[in-house]
Parts: sequence; structure tokens; C-alpha cells
Amino acid sequence: MKSLVILAAAEGEEHNPLVPLWEEVAIALVVFGILFFAIKKFVAPNFEKTFAERSAAIEGGIAAAESKQAEADAKLAELEQQLSEARHEAARIREEAREQGAQIVAEMREQAQAEAARIVEHGKAQIEAERQQAVTSLRAEVGTLATGLAGRIVGESLEDEARQSRVVERFLADLETANASDAGKDA
Amino acid sequence: MITAASATIAAEGESFHAPGPSIFDLPPVFEIAGFGVTKPMLQLVIAAIVVFGLLYAASRSRQLVPGRMQFAGEGAYNFVRNSVARDIIGSRDFQKFVPYLVALFFFILVNNLFASIPFFQFPTFSRAGMAYALAGMSWLIYNGVGMAKHGVIGYLKLQSVPSGVSPFMYPLLVPLEFFSNILVRPVTLALRLFCNMFAGHILLVLFATGGLYLIEHVGGIGYVAGPLAWVLAILVSFLEILVQFLQAYVFVLLNAMYIQGALADEH
Repeated sequence: MKSLVILAAAEGEEHNPLVPLWEEVAIALVVFGILFFAIKKFVAPNFEKTFAERSAAIEGGIAAAESKQAEADAKLAELEQQLSEARHEAARIREEAREQGAQIVAEMREQAQAEAARIVEHGKAQIEAERQQAVTSLRAEVGTLATGLAGRIVGESLEDEARQSRVVERFLADLETANASDAGKDA
Repeated sequence: MITAASATIAAEGESFHAPGPSIFDLPPVFEIAGFGVTKPMLQLVIAAIVVFGLLYAASRSRQLVPGRMQFAGEGAYNFVRNSVARDIIGSRDFQKFVPYLVALFFFILVNNLFASIPFFQFPTFSRAGMAYALAGMSWLIYNGVGMAKHGVIGYLKLQSVPSGVSPFMYPLLVPLEFFSNILVRPVTLALRLFCNMFAGHILLVLFATGGLYLIEHVGGIGYVAGPLAWVLAILVSFLEILVQFLQAYVFVLLNAMYIQGALADEH
């Protein structure tokens, strides 16, 4: 190299710029080779790892967000289901209460009717008993009264019309008073 | 270096010598055991250290929420990883080529940018040998990848025999395809990078030294034209920064396309 330059300077000749110097070729290859291996070993793996980590982090973030979203959706669905179940439950309870109320009302009505029927029956029985008693006592008294009346009629000997009617009047008045006293006793 | 060039011009007197290829032949900065270490060689090493240092510093913290440094590093790394490697090679195979393409892109980019960075101001790949080295390596890699996948014969058939063409055309097309896919690619790859860096640098030196010559030796209109040349040199510098980036990008893009072509199932 140096000799070439000196030669060129001395002879006024110029080194053809297209003709390479072997030492320049060699040093360029060696220096580039070292640079290539340094970059391959120290630079590229770092960058590639960083890119991979970065995309993994971004994808991980997206995945995490998606799982959170899914979780929230599931929870919402669960809550909605619980809510609808609660609504069903409430409706069922309401229905039951209504049925029970209706049943109670029906039972009460039945009881009241039974009670009324019982009271009516009782009243009827009592009336019947009283009637029977009245009939019995009447039957007994009618005999006596008829016998008494007949005796009196026969005793007065039925003289005149006026007397006869008087006797009947008196008998009836007696009967009425006896009846009234009987009724007062019964009551 | 510009001042050195202008000094020679000034010493030689009136006539202006346009900067030629000799401005790229720099004397060694120092020697190790008789081996002269030149500026572009140092630049190669510095570029490698800078690229690795920055990328490693950015990558080592490995935060899921990146800091400023890591964010910038990831952006740079992903630029090559996603928009070059993955988009071209395809998401199936790209992963193992990412370190190679990342190293290649930033190595070329920093070396190219040295042409515009003060105190360096020399494009490393204006030394043809260095461009040849990277192009030769690219050639070995894409052919090696293809042969590893398809076998030697299968790979040569893939690259040379176009599908969907009548066999009568083979005598014409097969040599042509072989020539363009196997032989020409490394040459164009190397020359594109080398020539862009070489021409850009020589253009800048021309504007700078020419402006100085106009001011120092022409006078009159030279006092106007000289500073104008320097303004143009500044504008050309910005253009050069764009070219420096584009050449690094194109080199890596073509590498990825060649690898993709070598891995493809059909031509």
C-alpha cells in the first residue's frame, strides 16, 4: 500500500481505483465478520426476546381481560338466574297463600253453615218437644174439660137458650183463662 | 485532506489540477510491523465499534416499555428486520438472515456517512477492495443459501432455467439467466456502492478545491464564482448524505432479494 502510493507519487502514475488491494479486502471481511457475529450473538437475541416478551405481555393482557369479562358474564348470568328463581319462589308462595286463604274461607263457611244448621235443628227439636208436651197436656185437659162441661150442661138441664149460651160462654172463658195460664206456665 | 490537495495545487502555480483518483490513495496513518494502517481501515473498525456499541446499548435493557435509547434502537433494528428482511424474504425464512442484514446495513451506512462527518470526511467504500469484499461475501451467501436448500444442480437450474418458457428458447435464455443471476450480480453490487462513494467524494473535493483556486488564482469573477462553488459544495453534501443512505439501503435490499430468489421454490 505504502509502496504503491510512493510509487505513484514518484512516477506520476496513478493507482487504478478499480484494482483492489488485498489487505483492504481482508480487513473489510474480518471487521464485518466480527461485527456480524457480535450482532448475532448480543444484539439480535436481545431485540427478538424483547419483541417476543412484549407481544406475549400484550396477548397475556388481552387474555386476562377476556377471562375477566367471561367471569363477569358468568356472574351476571348466575345473578339473573337467582333473581328469576326468587321471582318464581315469590309467585309460588303468593299462589299458595291465596289457595290457603280460599281454603280457610271455605272451611269457615262450612263450619258456620254446620253451626247454623245445628242451631236450626236444635230449635226445631225444642219446638217439637214443646208441641208434644202441649199436645199431651192438652189431651189430658180436654178430657177433663169435656167431662166437666158435659156435667155442667147436664146439671143446668139446659133450660133455655140464653142459659145454654151463657154456659158455653163461661166455658170458653174458662178455657181461655186456663189456656192463658197454661201458656204463661210453659213460657 | 482538502487542504493538502489545495496546497499541492497552490504549490504548482497557475494551472488547476482537477482532483483525480490519486486523492483516494492515502498514506498510512501508522504502521504495525511493516503493515501500513490507512484511514479507511481505521474507519472500518470505528464503524463496527459504533454500530455494535449503539445497537448493544439499545438492546441490552430489554424493557417492555422502551426508553428513548431502546426505542430508537428498536426502530433502527425493525427497519431492517421488518421492511427489508421480512417483507422481502418472507415471514417463513427471514429470521436467520436478520442479524446479517442488520449488520450489513448499519455497517455500510456508518461507513458511507463518514464521508460527511467532520474529521473523517472520507467514504470507506470509495476503496474498491472494501466494496468488493462485501459484494463477494453477499455472492457467497446467497448462492450458498440456495445451494443448501436446492442442491448445487437444483440451485443452478432454479437460477438459470426460467419457468413458463418454451424449451426452444433455452439455448438463448439459460446462458443469459446464468450470466445475470450468478455472474453479474456481485459486480453490480460492488460497483454501485464503490462508484457512488467514489464519485460523490471526488465531486465534493472538486467543488472545494476549485472554489479555493478561483479565489486564490483567478481574481475578479473568481471572488464570486469561488464562494458560489463552496455553496454548491454544501448543497452537494446534503445530496451526498441522501446517496449514502440510499446506497446502504439498496445494498441490503438487493442482498435480501437475492437471498429470497435463491430460496424461492420457483423462478
